[in-house]
Amino acid sequence: MNRVKRTLAPYLLVLPGGLWLLLFFVVPMVTMFSLSLQQGDIVNGYVFTGHWQTYVDAISNYQTQLIRSLVYGLITTVALVVMSFPVAYWIAFYGGKRKSTYLFLILLPFFVSFVLRTISWRQILTDDGMLLHPLKEAGLLSPGFHILGTSYAVIFGLIYNFLPFMVLPIYVALERIDPRVVEAARDLYAKPLTVFRKVVFPLALPGVFAGVLMTFVPASSDYVNSGVLGSSSTTMIGQVVQAQALANSNYPMASALSFFLMAVLLTGVFIYARVLGTEDVMNAAAR
Amino acid sequence: MTTQTLERPTSAPAAQRRRRLTGERAMFLYTWLIIAWLVVPILIMIVFGFNDPKGRYNQTWQGFTLKWYKDVFAISDLTSALVISLGIAVVSSLLAGALGTGIGYALGRYRFRGADGLNLVMFATMSSPELIMGISLLTLFVSAGIGLGAVTITIAHVMFSISFVSTVVRARVITLDRSIEEAAADLGAGPWTTFWKVTFPIILPAVFSGVMLAFALSIDDFVVTNFTAGTTVTFPLWIWGATRVGLPPQVNVMGTLIFAAGILIAVVTNLRSRSKAKRS
Repeated sequence: MNRVKRTLAPYLLVLPGGLWLLLFFVVPMVTMFSLSLQQGDIVNGYVFTGHWQTYVDAISNYQTQLIRSLVYGLITTVALVVMSFPVAYWIAFYGGKRKSTYLFLILLPFFVSFVLRTISWRQILTDDGMLLHPLKEAGLLSPGFHILGTSYAVIFGLIYNFLPFMVLPIYVALERIDPRVVEAARDLYAKPLTVFRKVVFPLALPGVFAGVLMTFVPASSDYVNSGVLGSSSTTMIGQVVQAQALANSNYPMASALSFFLMAVLLTGVFIYARVLGTEDVMNAAAR
Repeated sequence: MTTQTLERPTSAPAAQRRRRLTGERAMFLYTWLIIAWLVVPILIMIVFGFNDPKGRYNQTWQGFTLKWYKDVFAISDLTSALVISLGIAVVSSLLAGALGTGIGYALGRYRFRGADGLNLVMFATMSSPELIMGISLLTLFVSAGIGLGAVTITIAHVMFSISFVSTVVRARVITLDRSIEEAAADLGAGPWTTFWKVTFPIILPAVFSGVMLAFALSIDDFVVTNFTAGTTVTFPLWIWGATRVGLPPQVNVMGTLIFAAGILIAVVTNLRSRSKAKRS
């Protein structure tokens, strides 16, 4: 009896939460896929017709926004790797006793609402705001110069909002490096750059990998930054999906776009994993 | 071991050592530059909560005032949005805490069939774009004819928080010293008593930080909430809606107060765990 109870224990513990995830994560994905192949409208209801044409329409109508989103996501991610590495490196190797304080400072933005932070940047970067106004007064910038509404502003916002997600995993990977390995390389007369290229960077790759996963996918599907800091010429696919779902109630179109976006992102991640030679994507990302 | 800073070999030639020092200093300055950049919008938010703007737009400094702190709850629909956000955060973090602890404990403690699948689903929930989770939940609720509102927001928040709670709890359970539980069993405690009197108090800090994490995720969430809210307005949704017409300074004050509360809780928890670590 006791034995039966013990083998049942994990299942009983997992059941409520597992059911919740099944009902509200797995089932919705299936519903979304099914809805993307249905036809109808919100008033008369939807019927499953295997209507793949929605996908064709979605891609041909919104290819500009799709490509733009992926390009913005890619630029953001590459910039984040370059910008975050020295920060993570310095904290991991020279942070000393204050390491946790530095990490806390990097995480500080998370104590302020994501939307509010982005709007705060809008207030700073706006045409007659506190940054551009004085420069224009001083004649350093032409009166017609603006940042808000450009792709620079959107990418700036994306980089700002996702930076901690890149610094942290790289830091964790660097922190795991045994300093004696680096010392050994130096004792063997490796130049600093060689030590970095041949020892430190390869050992930090799992962190870079996790960081890319944690930034590329959310950055490419974001619509807050392009909504707050961008204009009609910087519309990303997230905004299109949001408008189709919430403003037009065109659920099949919103679902098809989401599903296609997810497929593209997953393919991208998969190729990236293969190119990098990471055998176990799950482990690298979960660590 | 890995926490110690690198020792510079004394045998390095002077020029090389100097180069390394300038590199170190450059990285130090750069790190602080990045931190300063990260803090800019937060400072702006705090400062403009004390501004006395004349028009609709609160973006140029026009004089110091404390009146927004006095009138922080003067905009009734903003206040109710904040109350709704807090309510959803409390309910969803407690629910996610209970459900996530069950999963985390089971994964850390037992080997069982289906654990791999569960891990995969958990990983997927943590790495899926919020946009996709939001849309898929919307399609589910619409297809099932479930009216959108505070309940559907809570369901969604519990869903994306469970995995974070489980991960935190699992990490603690894995490092648990099993001999303490065995000792309790040897002294005649049943499994139920052992769990509540021995195991649970040990994993409680992890459960607590999992619940705090879920609370923070819930109160800040915009994307998933936007798709599952219907006509219900939470704090981030209200801010989003007000973007076009200009934000009232009360939003800055509320943001500042939430920021201060978050920092306070983080610092207190950190100090408490530090003093506990010193004692043991």
